[in-house]
Amino acid sequence: MNQTPYFAQGMDIDHLKPPEGCRPGVDCQRWTVRGARVIDPASGLDAVTDVFIDKAGIVGVGQAPEGFQADNVLDAAGLWLIPGVIDSWARLREPGLEHKATVESEARAATASGVTTVCMPPDTDPVIDTPAVVRLIKRRAQLAGGARVMSIGALTQGLAGKLLAEMEDLKEAGCVAMTNTLKPVETLAVMRRALEYAATFGILVIVQAQDRSLAHKGCAHEGAVASRLGLPGIPVAAETAAMAQILALVEETGARVHFVNLSSASGVRMLERAIQDGLPVSGGVSAHQLFLTEMDTDAFDPNTHVIPPLRTLRDRDALREAVASGVISVIHSDHQPHEGDAKAAPFPEAAPGISALETLLPLVLRLVDEDVLPLHQALDRLTRSPAALLGLKAGGIAPGLRADLCLFAPEASWTLDIATMRSRGRNTPFHGWDFNGQITHTWVAGRLVYRRDGQP
Amino acid sequence: MAVVFVRPRIPKLARDPWAIQFDGEGRLKHLLTIEGLGPEWVTRIMDTAESFLSVTGRDVKKVPLLRGRTVVNLFFESSTRTRTTFELAAKRLSADVLNLNISTSAASKGESLLDTLRNIEAMQADMFVVRHDQSGAAHFIARHVEPHVSVLNAGDGWHAHPTQALLDVFTIRKMKGDFTGLRVAIVGDILHSRVARSQIHALNTLNTGEVRVIAPRTLLPAQVERLGVRVFHDMREGLKDVDVIIMLRLQRERMEGALLPSEDEFFRLYGLTPEKLAWAKPDAIVMHPGPANRGVEIDSEVADGPQSVILQQVSNGIAVRMAVMSLCMGGREE
Repeated sequence: MNQTPYFAQGMDIDHLKPPEGCRPGVDCQRWTVRGARVIDPASGLDAVTDVFIDKAGIVGVGQAPEGFQADNVLDAAGLWLIPGVIDSWARLREPGLEHKATVESEARAATASGVTTVCMPPDTDPVIDTPAVVRLIKRRAQLAGGARVMSIGALTQGLAGKLLAEMEDLKEAGCVAMTNTLKPVETLAVMRRALEYAATFGILVIVQAQDRSLAHKGCAHEGAVASRLGLPGIPVAAETAAMAQILALVEETGARVHFVNLSSASGVRMLERAIQDGLPVSGGVSAHQLFLTEMDTDAFDPNTHVIPPLRTLRDRDALREAVASGVISVIHSDHQPHEGDAKAAPFPEAAPGISALETLLPLVLRLVDEDVLPLHQALDRLTRSPAALLGLKAGGIAPGLRADLCLFAPEASWTLDIATMRSRGRNTPFHGWDFNGQITHTWVAGRLVYRRDGQP
Repeated sequence: MAVVFVRPRIPKLARDPWAIQFDGEGRLKHLLTIEGLGPEWVTRIMDTAESFLSVTGRDVKKVPLLRGRTVVNLFFESSTRTRTTFELAAKRLSADVLNLNISTSAASKGESLLDTLRNIEAMQADMFVVRHDQSGAAHFIARHVEPHVSVLNAGDGWHAHPTQALLDVFTIRKMKGDFTGLRVAIVGDILHSRVARSQIHALNTLNTGEVRVIAPRTLLPAQVERLGVRVFHDMREGLKDVDVIIMLRLQRERMEGALLPSEDEFFRLYGLTPEKLAWAKPDAIVMHPGPANRGVEIDSEVADGPQSVILQQVSNGIAVRMAVMSLCMGGREE
């Protein structure tokens, strides 16, 4: 067991061990969480029982291991114990855009909202295309002491779409996948090589499918609302045309591809067909796409300016159905915190994106309230499923798994107020929405990193 | 274990996007779009404009309604013609007028739109007349001005140009009277036209018998029929039995965006010539928001012909803008 505090080991970050290598009683403690309704979508467990935590991991469910002695016993009767949420697509803005948010501010906001792992796309400054940047982010997250932050590496150098990034090095450094974000890959030939190379090393490639020329300068769904407001539109074909190209290359290369931020019924249909054809593809959707539609853009609210755009009610319902059926296996936040100035502009010029970390779990639980899908499935899309996609040893409640856990008070109702948001970004269209249930405690690798005020 | 779920309140999804145009007592505060005005306000504006028309014809063309008030023409997109008519309207109401042309390139050099706004507000302006190349700019400004300032949209992106639409329906009313039996065709680049959008809303607000748009599909917005129009691609069919023809200006850039092959082909298919005009009703009037591209969307013979009311539109424009300014700033109607 490593005895020096992990943050005092100088710059040699590779040797940093904790939170995994925590010292019992110092960095992490032995916990008994007693009498909570333990919900684990991975095993189907749903029972009132006890959970035992030691050495950053879960050591027992229902029954304590022999000789287990807790430092803390928490009476959690009436609360739910759920696996910590894995947010597979969230910008924390650091390095390079610290005026919008920092790893520290967002990793802390995450834990207060039940998110224990955040995966960050590489469009930072500098871009995450070298192991050094991955290590920098890892170190910043460790110092912040909130949620675990995983990097998603760049598919091409500098995200310029021309030369392959050192994917294997990035994977070794801890990147869970590679992506070129929304930045265009110069030619299909480069994309093909990138997929081939990634497939060689079993690297997952995340694709946000949007054809650049079809999207052009669009800022809203090309449909009735954009037509009335005179907003340049982004047609559904911007998504499906790009998907079709990628699917053709997946068929050719066998690369594993995850489509992030799906937005349309047609896109969902293409994904479903591809899965039926046996292609190694999957899909993810942001929580806000399951609630908002083009109608919410009606008052030119810059907080509804997102890419891909909010589409029709029919698209939203198709996305909901796909989440329920499992065609879309992952729900993420697409968190994009902005400073006030970035949104203080006419709709088309306002920076796109929603500060969405804090509404991810609340919105997904709301799907359960609205009878879109049962609780276990809803939690699955946030925990087991992203863990399986990204190869993380988390997302469940079973002995041997990392103790990334949350306690949740199901009957506490609250209203989202931008004034009390924890994220640095206050750009949310959900201000004033009522939600049921609140996180009371969050553990990341066995360390209690969040406790709601007034809780034992 | 029994878990009681409290069903959440359903959030208010459909907000009234036009409520911002009115103050707490239901008086017109800003004019940003025709939507939400309803037939009462559109009619009231036209009636008020009627009373100002007589002023325009007098030797001393001024009324003291807005004496001591300051109107700032805030033009982020250059337009001498539109600015001039607003300036003239404000001056005939005895307001002080300040013209500011802010090129967006200068605005992008650090000073944000909000900074610009705050600075001008500090000059004790009572009304901003705003033109901007981005849709929603007027709404944005209206949301951020001090409570005593009125905002008048003089054109924002492709979204709205309400005073143009009001002067158009005002002109139609003067020529044709009642709207319910009229067929009106709007021809040309609807997609990029804030004028067309506002005209469609104004005509539908007044219960116009039929509003048609005539254009190739590349120049029509998606699901345009949901704006309340009948779509035609052919001039002969579209102009049949029409009482009013509104031609729109075609920008030259449209060829580069691959929306049209050439001006020649456009003129051949959609340009209003005396031959095509003959397909409409014999007493049909021809309108154009100006400036017209002669030989591209309209033949000179038609633009200057007996059925053209293009120049009446211009003089009516001043009266309509006077009406809107006086109503927004709480001036008397008579």
